[in-house]
Amino acid sequence: MSGHSYIKRPNRPLQIYAALFLVVLYVPVLFLPLFSFNTSIYVKFPLTGFTFQWYIELMDREPVWAALMNSLRVGVTTSLISTGFGIFAAKAITRYRLPGKGPLVGFIMLPLVVPGIIFGVALLILISRMGIPLSLYTVTIGHVIVCLPFAIATMIPRFEGFDPSIEEASADLGENAWWTFWRITFPMVFPGILASLLLTFTVSFDEFIMAFFLSGTDPTLPMYIWSQLRFPKEFPSILALASIILVVSFAMVFLGQWINRDAQATDSKSE
Amino acid sequence: MRKQLIQKVNDPMTKTDAFISIRNVNKFFGKFQAINDVSIDIGHGEFFSLLGSSGCGKTTLLRMLAGFENPTSGEIYIDGQPMSGVPPHHRPVNMVFQSYAIFPHLNVRDNIAYGLRKQKLSRSKRNAMVDEMLDLIKLPDYGDRKANQLSGGQRQRIALARSLILRPKVLLLDEPLGALDKQLREQMQLELRALQKTVGITFVFVTHDQEEALTLSDRIAVMSNGRDLQVDTPTRLYESPMDREVASFIGTMNFFDGTVKALTDGGAEIETAGIGDVYTTNIPPSLTPGQSVSVAIRPEKLTLSSDGHGGSNTVKGRLDNAAYLGERSHYYVSVDGVPQPVAVSAQNRQRANGNAESQRPVWLSWDDNAFVVLGNG
Repeated sequence: MSGHSYIKRPNRPLQIYAALFLVVLYVPVLFLPLFSFNTSIYVKFPLTGFTFQWYIELMDREPVWAALMNSLRVGVTTSLISTGFGIFAAKAITRYRLPGKGPLVGFIMLPLVVPGIIFGVALLILISRMGIPLSLYTVTIGHVIVCLPFAIATMIPRFEGFDPSIEEASADLGENAWWTFWRITFPMVFPGILASLLLTFTVSFDEFIMAFFLSGTDPTLPMYIWSQLRFPKEFPSILALASIILVVSFAMVFLGQWINRDAQATDSKSE
Repeated sequence: MRKQLIQKVNDPMTKTDAFISIRNVNKFFGKFQAINDVSIDIGHGEFFSLLGSSGCGKTTLLRMLAGFENPTSGEIYIDGQPMSGVPPHHRPVNMVFQSYAIFPHLNVRDNIAYGLRKQKLSRSKRNAMVDEMLDLIKLPDYGDRKANQLSGGQRQRIALARSLILRPKVLLLDEPLGALDKQLREQMQLELRALQKTVGITFVFVTHDQEEALTLSDRIAVMSNGRDLQVDTPTRLYESPMDREVASFIGTMNFFDGTVKALTDGGAEIETAGIGDVYTTNIPPSLTPGQSVSVAIRPEKLTLSSDGHGGSNTVKGRLDNAAYLGERSHYYVSVDGVPQPVAVSAQNRQRANGNAESQRPVWLSWDDNAFVVLGNG
């Protein structure tokens, strides 16, 4: 095609703006991996040389592995629970006529905007009042609250993206609600469930404030990083660890988005 | 209801074998009344249509038959069983959805076999049944296709096969031809009718297309604002509509105000303002002399000629407008004393040459019994 339509024509200022936006957003973060390969233990220019030393050192540290296992356990549990709740919440929000649906959805989404420190303190007070000792379980409770809005927000478009008469057709063909869910709803929203699992795992894995207030003696990985920042000598290894977390988190969220890419498009494609 | 002898013989429904019986059903959505005291009986093996413009309640009624909505009051019986409280998956009915609702994550074969799970059939038996269905809908080689590789017409057939494989007592169809283009639509109409004859299942068909309803149905319920205005065979709906609303919804109709002048055996002489006296036997049962009524006539039952010969059943007018439609032409004729121009439809038996001359005098004539008398009010 020769000409461009009014909407699709190239817009130079907008392209520059987009490029600047990405630079401001990501260049500071990229200093972490950059210095994690530097031979000097001080974070300053000029770079002194290239090394894998800090990564290798990291592998030999027992507490890092312990913290990683803690984070994995909390992350997996959190993602399963919040995605499980999220499926039913998203189905209820999109499928049924609920009284007061608008405010309800607003409340569910609230943890996204309420500062973590407020939720953290509130939960800490509640949990200590109830006499529950702080542990990885209490961290998991905090993480589920943080992750639930992400799970619901990921799955709502999936549920909205498919024609409710598809579920009605299943009922019409003789399946009850349980079988309709497993034969129709679940496979159709499955990409959304995967995306939600990946996203909530990542959010939990990277979360610091809730873990700060609610963890007992077992640190999660971000807690471990926090505890090591006091020791200048450890800093390059922490940079290496942070770089790994950065790459893995980015990869997981990107994978989730990619799996869930056709959330809204499913129906429009089929006429 | 109406003093009519024609068609009685072909009426597929008599009161005794009502297979679906809708009894005084009302449905409210909040304050909005979607269905207003509807009672309809549908016979076994009948092709029954619910016809009306959008929002008239036809789809709500169909969804109540399927069990997706419950009547606010009233009862629906299918094969003698009351249906209130029976969920969709326990009803002996299946539905073809307007959007077809083909399961996108399953291939054609699994879509068609979807409802067979509970029957615990052997794999070979199940495959044989699916193959039989694929043959029936003339898509024998499509079993392994994915839903998104199908055209609209193919999806529609698969939705049909998916329902028919369960041998339902009733098949419900919600505007299944609405999304198809005109040619495919006409072809599918024929196929649908043939299919219904083959399988012998009662079809309840929802449409807003009056031509489609007339072509397909044994009987039609014309609906408006949640009420069933008239339930009748296509012929009787067209030839003897009960009131103005039905008459103007199905096809075009010319209306004239008149007064009953005299009643003879089986017929009535009606005096009208603009077109003189007309005689017809198409009258409602309780007609009394002096009563004011509407008389109506279809455009194709009027004959237009440019040389008048006076006499009865003839009136003079002026040609207002003419529309040439190829096989036929529509004319609009002003007649003194008649507020609306009279519509006339005539086949173009001779080659048309040029436009009809406007404002020239013409004569309209009709046969006895071409008019129908509608009850006023």
